[in-house]
Amino acid sequence: MEFYLSALVLGLCLACMALGIFISMKIFNIPDITTDGSFTLGAVITAMLITHHQNVWIAIPAVLCSGALAGMITAWIHTKLRIDALLAGILNMTALYSINLVLLGRSNVPFIGVKTIFKWLSPVSSATSDMIPAFVIVAILIALLSYLFRTDFGIAVRATGNSPSMAKSLGINNDKMKVIGLGIANALTALSGYLVAQYQGFTDINMGIGIVITGLGTVLIGDTLIKWLKITSISKQLLMIPIGSIVFQMVLAVTLSMGVDPNLLKLVTALFVLAIVYIPNLKLKQK
Amino acid sequence: MIKIEQVTKKFNAGTANEVVALKGVNLQINAGEYVVLIGTNGSGKSTLLNTIAGAEFVDSGKVSIDSTDVTKLPDYKRSRWLARVMQNPLAGTAPDLSILDNFRLAALRTKSKGLKIGTDAAFKSEVKERIAHLGMGLENKLEQNMGTLSGGQRQALTIVMSAMDDPKIILLDEPTAALDPQSAETVMQLVEQIRAEFGVTVILVTHNMRHAHKFGNRLVLMHKGNVQKDLNAAQKAALSVNDIFDWF
Ligand SMILES: Nc1ncnc2c1ncn2[C@@H]1O[C@H](COP(=O)(O)OP(=O)(O)OP(=O)(O)O)[C@@H](O)[C@H]1O
Ligand SMILES: [Mg+2]
Repeated sequence: MEFYLSALVLGLCLACMALGIFISMKIFNIPDITTDGSFTLGAVITAMLITHHQNVWIAIPAVLCSGALAGMITAWIHTKLRIDALLAGILNMTALYSINLVLLGRSNVPFIGVKTIFKWLSPVSSATSDMIPAFVIVAILIALLSYLFRTDFGIAVRATGNSPSMAKSLGINNDKMKVIGLGIANALTALSGYLVAQYQGFTDINMGIGIVITGLGTVLIGDTLIKWLKITSISKQLLMIPIGSIVFQMVLAVTLSMGVDPNLLKLVTALFVLAIVYIPNLKLKQK
Repeated sequence: MIKIEQVTKKFNAGTANEVVALKGVNLQINAGEYVVLIGTNGSGKSTLLNTIAGAEFVDSGKVSIDSTDVTKLPDYKRSRWLARVMQNPLAGTAPDLSILDNFRLAALRTKSKGLKIGTDAAFKSEVKERIAHLGMGLENKLEQNMGTLSGGQRQALTIVMSAMDDPKIILLDEPTAALDPQSAETVMQLVEQIRAEFGVTVILVTHNMRHAHKFGNRLVLMHKGNVQKDLNAAQKAALSVNDIFDWF
């Protein structure tokens, strides 16, 4: 039980990142893999602030800004220097590794005696105290994003990704939109790093490695649900992402509970994502 | 309204595939004119519209709109004068956005897209009314995604969209090419309506000689990247459809 609860909480923590990937990949159609770097960046900023007795809630805006800055740099490289988005993301992610290491000072910082958001409700860890903070943050994000994407600005954002030629002819500066969009996406990713670091009780310089694959898998599950249930409303589409994230973490938890070596976790993750991508193809071929 | 001076445009310059699409075009279009632009495939009609809209920058020459030099202005900034209907019926709409959302953006073509929800009941009924004029039965499908409509339906909606935000100039590139005769007629009438209502300047590219004969008050023939014939309203009125056919 403990096991599944932990997968559930982790699923919620990682849902923020998956929402970020949903924005970059599905709304903007940009393969942005700054993720690995901005996820760790969020965790690093968290460690810097809360181990220096800063309030965990105060850390949130700082984390969001750091992630937004990272995403905007990738978008700037992509739009202004005309570099392929994938390459721009890899470059930034690589650079961020060094920046994270310099900021953190060493490769691992544990949060000892720190009042993390998971200890906010009760000092002793329990199912509810773990779940509620993550749940509340994801719920607030979904509410904010579903409002944002229904505003005039939000419609313009979606048009940029969906039909750049139309967006331009209606007075939308696509490059500017991409900078804002990747900024938002990576701010959410950094927030995920903030949550995961506090949930596991430490920030590690390598915690972001391969996290983009988890996000990708999650978005693919969410997208399958969206297609399956024929969801067109953006609010409901956003809602499918945390569900996808929880499903993803549950599957990994089940796999590990079957006695798979935890060292193989990344391999299992990669294979699982491969399966998610491949299975719908299989169905199409049969038709 | 639009002034094109000595405009040249090359594609793939300096390679074996070099194409000179526009060879020093001069054209002045006055406010309220309805220019029909015809010419063989590859004569440079779409390229000319693209240089006016800013989708392509010219290699040399000058483009002005409303006495403003826009030669270096990017396309999204020229949208304050221009509404476009492109040759590809899918390019002018966003398939994964609802019809209503597409219209919302069109209504904000010259305005900023802010952080408020503009697709309210009042806006919805306005859009509904405008779409109902088409007689295609699309007015009850506002929440549906644009991508679920046929190319022709989307093209027709694009034209209605172009009139949502006080257009000064409408550029139409073969707007009826993808449409059945009935819808094509509807669309051409729609352009007439928009002209009557807003007094807009229109440039229409078409391969339909009947349309070229019937509509517009100026006829321009392009050939190999240049303007070959330029007829005013009176000269145009004196032509028969067959006279125009004979130009090809
Ligand atoms: N993006 C491009 N890259 C390379 N060549 C191009 C490009 N766009 C247009 N051309 C070339 O420029 C010339 C003019 O093309 P344009 O599309 O303006 O013709 P058009 O008059 O609109 O023809 P059609 O009636 O077939 O639409 C053609 O030879 C075309 O091959
Ligand atoms: Mg053309």
